Amino acid sequence: MRPSSAPLSSVTPLHLSACTASTCLGRGLALHRLAVAGGGSGLKPCDFETVGLATYIGEAPGVDDVMVRADLKEFDCRNNRLAQMALETDAFDAAVHAAIGRYGGQRIGVFLGTSTAGILQTELAYRRRDPLTGALPVDFVYRTTHNAFSVADFVHRYFGLSGPAVVVSTACSSSAKVFASAQRMIACGLLDAAIVGGVDSLCLTTLYGFSSLELTSDEPCRPYDAARKGISIGEGAAYVLLERLPDNLDSDAVLLLGTGESSDAYHMSSPHPEGRGAHQAMVAALAAAGLQPSSVDYINLHGTATHNNDAAEGKAVAALFGGRTPCSSTKGATGHTLGAAGAVEAILCALALSSGILPGSAHTLRLDPELSLDYLLAPRAGQPCTVLSNSFGFGGSNCSLVLGKAR
Amino acid sequence: MAHPASAPAGSGLVAWIAGVGLLGPGLPDWTAGAEILAGRQPYLPARTLVPVPASLPPAERRRVGAVVKLALAVGLEAAAGAAISPASLVTVFSSSTGDGHNCHQICETLASDDRHISPTRFHNSVHNAAAGYWSIATGATAPSNVLGAFDASFGAGLLEAMAQTMADRLPVLMLSYDSDYPEPLFATRPVPDTCGIALLMTPAATEKSLARLKVRLARPPADRLPDAGLEALRRAVPAARGLPLLALLAARRAGVAHLDYLDNVGLAAELLPC
Repeated sequence: MRPSSAPLSSVTPLHLSACTASTCLGRGLALHRLAVAGGGSGLKPCDFETVGLATYIGEAPGVDDVMVRADLKEFDCRNNRLAQMALETDAFDAAVHAAIGRYGGQRIGVFLGTSTAGILQTELAYRRRDPLTGALPVDFVYRTTHNAFSVADFVHRYFGLSGPAVVVSTACSSSAKVFASAQRMIACGLLDAAIVGGVDSLCLTTLYGFSSLELTSDEPCRPYDAARKGISIGEGAAYVLLERLPDNLDSDAVLLLGTGESSDAYHMSSPHPEGRGAHQAMVAALAAAGLQPSSVDYINLHGTATHNNDAAEGKAVAALFGGRTPCSSTKGATGHTLGAAGAVEAILCALALSSGILPGSAHTLRLDPELSLDYLLAPRAGQPCTVLSNSFGFGGSNCSLVLGKAR
Repeated sequence: MAHPASAPAGSGLVAWIAGVGLLGPGLPDWTAGAEILAGRQPYLPARTLVPVPASLPPAERRRVGAVVKLALAVGLEAAAGAAISPASLVTVFSSSTGDGHNCHQICETLASDDRHISPTRFHNSVHNAAAGYWSIATGATAPSNVLGAFDASFGAGLLEAMAQTMADRLPVLMLSYDSDYPEPLFATRPVPDTCGIALLMTPAATEKSLARLKVRLARPPADRLPDAGLEALRRAVPAARGLPLLALLAARRAGVAHLDYLDNVGLAAELLPC
């Protein structure tokens, strides 16, 4: 038995036949393309709910105005409003309906990453407990808001699907790992297509929780900066429709070439200091794609802007790629969207492939001199054919994705 | 619903079960539990006794809740049964919710005048806490997935683990586990006790194989258990939705167990003893 996660041979690529993202950069792909090209950021001083923390956040605009579809109103909460808003953007819902027409609803899986789903609903309900009995208010619905599965259940019901549905919740690697789960299930013949993605929304648990660990910055986060001070929490919803390759593929089409996963087996909230798990995940993803490190034209780093994360990841990337591959973290633009980060950044990678613009690193002023990398402070024009995206989470959960152009 | 026009006839996932872990109310382990599930011993419900995990370093041991201890116990039992070192294993964890007691404490603090939550409580609140502690306890650096699917969590874990066994041609340990909720959450999610099931699956038959398992999507409903107490457990704890499969395995009979999965999709699990 082999100890590592690399499959014996490269896996069959899948087509990203539709995608969409909504974050603090705005609703839809066009605003993300524009923001990346201009080096923009959506971060602002924290004014969320009643939170009294000196930190910055990335709030997706328009979430509170969304009306959850009437037949799904028991799912109404900030997280599912964001989920629905993104489904109805960039004609993603139309692409899913067309796929249902091609394959049938039993042959399409739903794989979504989230870390906290609609827990904000529970946090608010705990302020309204019955003073005598301690009971939660009767309007609080656990299953369709708080429970992690609520967002996948919501999307499954939104499209009336009858195939598998699941939430992956491995903290900040969640919505990268969904690509691997979907790819395996398609490879086994159980599915023809999958809705993969991530949805995570602002809540008090993560804002106060990361603050308790002294991991939030009091300024907009500065990934890989010598003077980085921690994360800025964001929110986002991002979806990709994954399908087998059609017979005729546009040369601009974006493919999922490989996925790699690993566990640190080190600490619950600190990465392995040498980036052991990060290295293992990147090696596995390249092996699955059948590629050498030299084939990668851009790396979207996890780059949370905490001291330990960036140091560990930077070492692992330099060890594997020799510091020659252009790389950056986009969290200075979007904030750290936690369970949605993997999918948001996969889509930013897909945009880099189609536009040729490699993202810079908003708010980063000077690369940490300890890290020998070709780190992009500003956007750079290029002709990327193959890109890699890293997502790492608490509990030592690591996932890397390799995306490429069809050529 | 839509007809699966492109589904190959008889399509399904196939793996071999090489080890089982079980811990729940009145079900102290797989050896004793198999006797009860096969009807060779009576079922006597009793609170689940979750052992202290000797495999965790003392500092971590003090920090973990019952849900983590439960996952470690059933996972280690299944690995031992298959005589495979847990350090080498790919894992799939699946649970409706992680540690409900920890979640309650955080929500209480956030609703109070002093919102400072404990850093340990926060990192234990992630759904993948059990997977993180498992990897620290066993030294396993292999991929580990962590799923949630409310009452469908056992079925979701089974599908994921079997797909990974087949696609990557590696042994995969599936752990499905749930813990009780304290009030006031209990009133909205009445999970009464802790229960966990682990299955160690291999992509081909080995000398340790207990049975060949084939799983496909099927129409509900699921099988009920003949014993009223066990049936109550099956319905009360998401992980216990897998008990009809374990009952068939315990009976050492070929057959099909119909399992609960999503509201509109069930699973048919066909078992062929080795």
